[in-house]
Amino acid sequence: MLLIRCPYCEEERPELEFRNAGEAHIARPTNIAAESDDDFEKFFFIRSNPKGVIYERWRHIHGCARFFNAVRDTVTDKFVMTYKAGEPKPAKLPGASK
Amino acid sequence: MNASFRISGAGRLNQAKTASFSFDGKSYLGTEGDTLASALLANGVHLVGRSFKYHRPRGFLSAGAEEPNALVQIVRDDARKTPNVRATVQELYDGLTANSQNRWPSLAFDVGAVNDIASPMFSAGFYYKTFMWPKSAWLNFYEPKIRSAAGLGVSPDRPDPDHYAARYAHCDVLVLGGGAAGIAAALAAAETGVRVILADEQAEFGGSLRFESGAKIEGENGFDWAQAAIAKLKALDNVRVLSRTTAFGYYAQNFVGLVERVSDHLKSPGRELARERLWQVRAKRVVLATGAIERHMVFANNDRPGIMLASAARAYLNHYGVAVGRNVGIYTANDSAYAAAIDLRKAGVNIAAIVDLRDNPSGPVIDEARGLGIEINFGRAVVSAGGKLRVSSMTVQPKNGGGERTIAVDAILMSAGWTPSVHLFSQSRGKVAFNEETRRFVPGAYAQDCMSVGACNGTDGLDATIDEAYAAGAQAARDAGGKDSSGKMGQGARPKVDGSESWSRGMLGAAPGAGPGTTVKAFVDFQNDVTAKDIRQAVHEGMHSIEHVKRFTTNGMATDQGKTSNMHGLAIAAETLGKPIPQVGLTTFRAPYTPVTFGSIVGHARGALFDPTRRTATHGWAAAQGAVFEDVGQWKRAWYFPKAGEDMHAAVNRECVTVRKAAGLFDASTLGKIEVVGPDAAKFMELLYTNPWEKLEPGRCRYGIMLREDGFIYDDGVVGRLAPDRFHVTTTTGGAPRVMHHMEDYLQTEFPHLNVWLTSITEQWAVIAVQGPSARKIIEPLVEGIDMSDEALPHMSVREGKICGVPTRLFRMSFTGERGFEVNVPADYGEAVWEALWAEGQKHGATAYGTETMHVLRAEKGYIIVGQDTDGTVTPNDAGLDWAVGKKKTDFVGIRGMMRADLVAKSRKQLVGLKTKDPKVVLEEGAQIVEDPKQSIPMKMIGHVTSSYWSENCGRSIALALVAGGRDRMGQTLYVPMPNGTIEVEVTGMVFVDEKGERLNG
Ligand SMILES: [Zn+2]
Repeated sequence: MLLIRCPYCEEERPELEFRNAGEAHIARPTNIAAESDDDFEKFFFIRSNPKGVIYERWRHIHGCARFFNAVRDTVTDKFVMTYKAGEPKPAKLPGASK
Repeated sequence: MNASFRISGAGRLNQAKTASFSFDGKSYLGTEGDTLASALLANGVHLVGRSFKYHRPRGFLSAGAEEPNALVQIVRDDARKTPNVRATVQELYDGLTANSQNRWPSLAFDVGAVNDIASPMFSAGFYYKTFMWPKSAWLNFYEPKIRSAAGLGVSPDRPDPDHYAARYAHCDVLVLGGGAAGIAAALAAAETGVRVILADEQAEFGGSLRFESGAKIEGENGFDWAQAAIAKLKALDNVRVLSRTTAFGYYAQNFVGLVERVSDHLKSPGRELARERLWQVRAKRVVLATGAIERHMVFANNDRPGIMLASAARAYLNHYGVAVGRNVGIYTANDSAYAAAIDLRKAGVNIAAIVDLRDNPSGPVIDEARGLGIEINFGRAVVSAGGKLRVSSMTVQPKNGGGERTIAVDAILMSAGWTPSVHLFSQSRGKVAFNEETRRFVPGAYAQDCMSVGACNGTDGLDATIDEAYAAGAQAARDAGGKDSSGKMGQGARPKVDGSESWSRGMLGAAPGAGPGTTVKAFVDFQNDVTAKDIRQAVHEGMHSIEHVKRFTTNGMATDQGKTSNMHGLAIAAETLGKPIPQVGLTTFRAPYTPVTFGSIVGHARGALFDPTRRTATHGWAAAQGAVFEDVGQWKRAWYFPKAGEDMHAAVNRECVTVRKAAGLFDASTLGKIEVVGPDAAKFMELLYTNPWEKLEPGRCRYGIMLREDGFIYDDGVVGRLAPDRFHVTTTTGGAPRVMHHMEDYLQTEFPHLNVWLTSITEQWAVIAVQGPSARKIIEPLVEGIDMSDEALPHMSVREGKICGVPTRLFRMSFTGERGFEVNVPADYGEAVWEALWAEGQKHGATAYGTETMHVLRAEKGYIIVGQDTDGTVTPNDAGLDWAVGKKKTDFVGIRGMMRADLVAKSRKQLVGLKTKDPKVVLEEGAQIVEDPKQSIPMKMIGHVTSSYWSENCGRSIALALVAGGRDRMGQTLYVPMPNGTIEVEVTGMVFVDEKGERLNG
């Protein structure tokens, strides 16, 4: 069972307290009703599904109940870091050399 | 009186303390401290099982957890018949009853052994080839036959009467394996004061010190040193010592699963003891000290009872005081088997001969064996074993061919070398690396905070092992934050090795006589009956990846997971492929290391403790009235309230009629309730629901629809506006948590600028629906501070006031089509208010009704249930709810999804009513609908029935259905083909009672 650090509670808690909520940094268009079919498709259906680093939304549902973002490696399952919802995508990942 | 193969004075058991047991109905005498295996061997019993595929007679291969052959059924009583217990692990208790498995009618004469003669049929991949055609035969014929013929014991057919405990533990250093290495690591870590857990699968610590008579530590015999060290560790407050505890799984971030066998070794465990205890341990550092497992030699008939690993024979002798034979042959490719010959010879057992594949090895053990007068044959191979139910001879030949010689024996001890136990390391996602020089896989790159020490790390020799383990234990403690409080930590304090045994390499793969071109039965995997020939055949048939070879032959796929067979299998595949071993690769090790019972995984989470049960405030009242309950998620809901002599049908009919004639009381507390509060509450509601909310006046209610972003209906419910900044939202019973999650998601991440607070209030309010023409008369006398006239409290309004002296949120709303109210009161008052309303209701002929009547009454009015009449692909328009979508709104969740071309297509399935031509026929929910019943199969299905009931109020059956283009089909006849004939139906509107809605105000 993974340990996940909640950036609001500021501690590592077991995976069971959390729920994954899909890919992060996909903003809902402000004028969504006017989106073209292509743009809506990109927003709603298309996800990156990478092998390696993924940016995800998680919720500390059985804890503080806050949504936050996490950087995880889909190969090792390891969490690289977590940060609060609304914060920008980290420019540099801890331990990343590339 | 002792069993005949027990050697007086040998071993560590107190031979005066006997224990009786039975095997296959025959009684034997063992000694306390025996395993079932050592006790049977003491009585000269080697034949204990039949193999899986060929039903070949089998005995003991090992003396430990790696045992592939000696699987037995342990029977305590009718409910406790544990199959597939390794006799080498099961501790003996007085009165133990064991039976052999996989044989009929008896172990010595087994009909299934015909498979052995017919073995060409059963070669590699036979499951895939033989049972392919016809497909239907697999289910009805092949599978049941194979299962009964190749069973591994019999599953108990009663509920497990034992209980299983569970513990979570955190520690700084977790040491897995309690041999010399593990104990040394634990000693070093414990000195620093950090929290240490040391676990070992055996009843007693010591690992291979159990049989290594040459090991001396701190001036003592190795095993005695181990016991003293364990006693010292047990006395420390910061150390937990767990014996009979197997680390079966190594998961992410040093999370390790262990199973402790608490009472399987006891005669009468008693109810106060759990059978097993699951430990879920999170460790800062893990030290793997899992040792190594000896490999067998792969030669013809190497599976005959009496042929076993050399180290096993030493354990039986040096620990249990049992000789595995009287005239023993040795077949080896390394030094360690010599120690077995020496130990046995010294105990008075005749060693017929040592056959050593190596050409001219030398060393102290060889000299010692020679000095004891044991015949040694170098450069020779055992090409076959004689005997059937017990080995009787070995046939020896120069390894490059030549004259054969047959030597009579009653046991053969073999050793092809040692395989480091990298299972847990591999489970931790570490990568093993092949050492060309020693030809073994050892830990390479680590993925987690752990270290391997001793034999599992490829470290040879006791001195080097203790050196490495002690340093690793200290390092792990330091890394986990421990301090060297004693000041002695390090080499100075490490246990001193005064004597040790050294093992040399050995060989991998088939021995001479079982190599390429031969067809002899030289077993690689005993448990799955895989021979060297099978593996070569798999390669010849195109399986070039070791993962394919494994699946095609099933090598390593039995319950022992190939502990003794993987390396041999790999070497044979590599040789056949003409590739080096590391290029062929080792298969992945997966949890569990040894089989784990379902009981230990499930723990206490069964029966009533499997899932929480939620009960409403009126549960006790309803139960006292004889209500029948149904499960709705975790809730228990009153389903119907039968009176004496009524069946469900009669009760529901009466309830339905009474509600529409007089009134009914219904517990609606399970509906989800969320309070949406704040200055931006209305704005938030506008975004989360399709309806307009800004203009809804406080005190009024509206039926709301919630969509997902894709435009499909997600939930629905009545929403009351209590104040400009306060909404009382209701959700479906099952939808409450996900609606809350959905709302929080948008509030926190998409609309965080809105000043809104969401609170789940489902549990806070009990909800009593009072519905029917007399509803107001029932409630009015109990209410204070609320004008209940139609003018003051019209349909779809809400007021706050008091009922029976307690606060209420009184909704005027209806899910029945009748004049209706939903009385919300704090849950603690729910039962009292219900009883007061019930007393009033009695004056007006009211009934209590349950969920079934609720369903019928709402269907009579065409009110949908989200999740029953919708399925996640239904839009508001499909459900005939376009009126609930705010046409002037520019944004709400789902507004864009709803516009997608497919979601506005005319041909979509729409919700309509159905009336069967025969009013007495009630359709089946889920039944498919077709236009033309005479078309050929498969018919074109144009929809399905979503809700269907007998309506006593209508005097006929009614149904709702999703039908393609349904609203344009009013009056059309459609067909519902069923197994007993086709049912004719007419498409109608969705409202079956009071189409104009007059009764809501009547
Ligand atoms: Zn949190």
